[in-house]
Amino acid sequence: MHPITTAHYLGLSAALLLIGTVGVLTRRNIVIILMSIELILNAVNLNLIAFSKALQSVNGQIFAIFVITDAVAEAAVGLGILIALFRNKETVLADEIDLLKW
Amino acid sequence: MYASLVPTSAEMIRFLPELILTVVATLFMVLDPLLGRQSRHVYGHFSILALLGAMAAAVYVYRDPGAAFSGMLMVDGFATFFRVVVIGVGILTVLPSYRYLDREDAETGEYHALLLFSIVGQCVMVTANELIMIFIGLEISSIASYVLAGYLRDDRRANEAALKYFLLGSFATAFFLYGVALIYGMTGSTNLATVRRAILGGSLGSAPIFIGVAAALMFVGLGFKVSGAPFQIWAPDVYQGAPTPVAAFLSAGPKAAAFAIFLRIFLTAFQPIGPGWEPLVWVSALASMTLGNFAALTQSNIKRLLAYSSIAHAGYVLVALAARSNVGTAAAMFYMAAYAFMNIGAFAVVSHLSGKGERYLKVEDFAGLGAKQPGTAALLSIFLLSLIGVPLTGGFFGKFYIFKAALDSHLVWLTVLGLLNSAVAAYYYLRILVMMYMREPGEAASRIQPLTPGLRAALVLPALGTLVLGIFPGWVLDFAGRSSVFVR
Repeated sequence: MHPITTAHYLGLSAALLLIGTVGVLTRRNIVIILMSIELILNAVNLNLIAFSKALQSVNGQIFAIFVITDAVAEAAVGLGILIALFRNKETVLADEIDLLKW
Repeated sequence: MYASLVPTSAEMIRFLPELILTVVATLFMVLDPLLGRQSRHVYGHFSILALLGAMAAAVYVYRDPGAAFSGMLMVDGFATFFRVVVIGVGILTVLPSYRYLDREDAETGEYHALLLFSIVGQCVMVTANELIMIFIGLEISSIASYVLAGYLRDDRRANEAALKYFLLGSFATAFFLYGVALIYGMTGSTNLATVRRAILGGSLGSAPIFIGVAAALMFVGLGFKVSGAPFQIWAPDVYQGAPTPVAAFLSAGPKAAAFAIFLRIFLTAFQPIGPGWEPLVWVSALASMTLGNFAALTQSNIKRLLAYSSIAHAGYVLVALAARSNVGTAAAMFYMAAYAFMNIGAFAVVSHLSGKGERYLKVEDFAGLGAKQPGTAALLSIFLLSLIGVPLTGGFFGKFYIFKAALDSHLVWLTVLGLLNSAVAAYYYLRILVMMYMREPGEAASRIQPLTPGLRAALVLPALGTLVLGIFPGWVLDFAGRSSVFVR
């Protein structure tokens, strides 16, 4: 058995960043784009906590709590904006939101 | 140990501008359901009072500069300068909003609360001396501005603008954060000065590559926030769809604060790896200027035109960043102040002319404004001439100092291409001037309403600011020069 080192966490986090980025850039459904952004934020959290453990410093964990709080605030505002849009124009697909030139 | 965690009174006083704005904005949220419609202008009056109080506090606390809250905030000349700029942008946004909100029949309480919260975030950003604090300020500012962009929630264009701003903005923040997390891991700190020492110390082992990656990720995030190419894609859509006073605010306040942290991070923490990131900024500056100016040439919608122009102006400030010198930083500070005045002024005229529901937004709608409302047309001329960079206006000295700083740093090609770019830009601003003075009045100019006191102030104050910066640039530039030294 190999021990799990910081490098493993970094690898996982980089993979999540990649998946999130590809998700944001290729998916049509805005809810899934939102989820992809959350995925990137979780990649950040994973990094922070892995570093926090490796460095034996608690700052990273505190920072992760801030990031979680921020992700919640962002999701609330994002879904609010999406609902306002859905009321006026019944769609959640990014390529149908084309009133302004994209 | 724990005693040092309790903030001293001196530290609380250094945080006074943010405290004032937060308290007033929270009060608005509480009072909004209690007060009726007849008191809708009260919020605007109190916003202006709060912002004036915060500005006075920002100037007052500069008498005793220093760090606050365990070095998380740093009240220095640079922070004070940008605090005054973003609070000033707030005042100039509230003034035209009275008329705008009446005309569109929108609620006023939430609007002003969100505006004040956004300004609090920007004040925290420009004062922050540390990456976590910068992130928190950035998010307070951004989340409030996402909502503001979609404030007219029955308007599809506003919905769409808010959604695009939100998606790309939070995507950019996520990238920025990933960079911050890497920096924390490599250097063990998020304090800018400590990060810088760690990079200089060379005790990082295999870390330089990660520092480079982190710098690149943070560059992407900040590039989005300042709408520099190739991350400018959101700006035209958001400025077009957002309520006009909000578009004015977005193009000046959050952008000034984003540039402030851009300068502070890259010239403090990443200053040792400057030769590495300079080409990135160089390319981005040139791309922003060229793309912004050439795209603006073909726009028929005035808000999109101003959006592309604001991308080009972000390019000029990036030139100042590419100079990597104190002179460059001072030039960028001066430019952001001048830009805030002239751009908000121009947007205020657009807001005034566009009429209910923002019907008149074509460049042709400016036809005959000079004959119908000579005062408004004259003030708009000042803003446009300043945006072109004609002498005796703030825009001229802003460009002059930026290109001088670039030449001092031997960025000859960037300077030449930048100057050519400003010549191109003259065309689309002059087109509006020609429209105003040399055409017969059209429907928009014939239906224009008289100026309200709020709008009059919203036009005259920025015009005075533009002229003062153009005639006595030394006043502001001396202060900027003294405050632009991050690393002593």
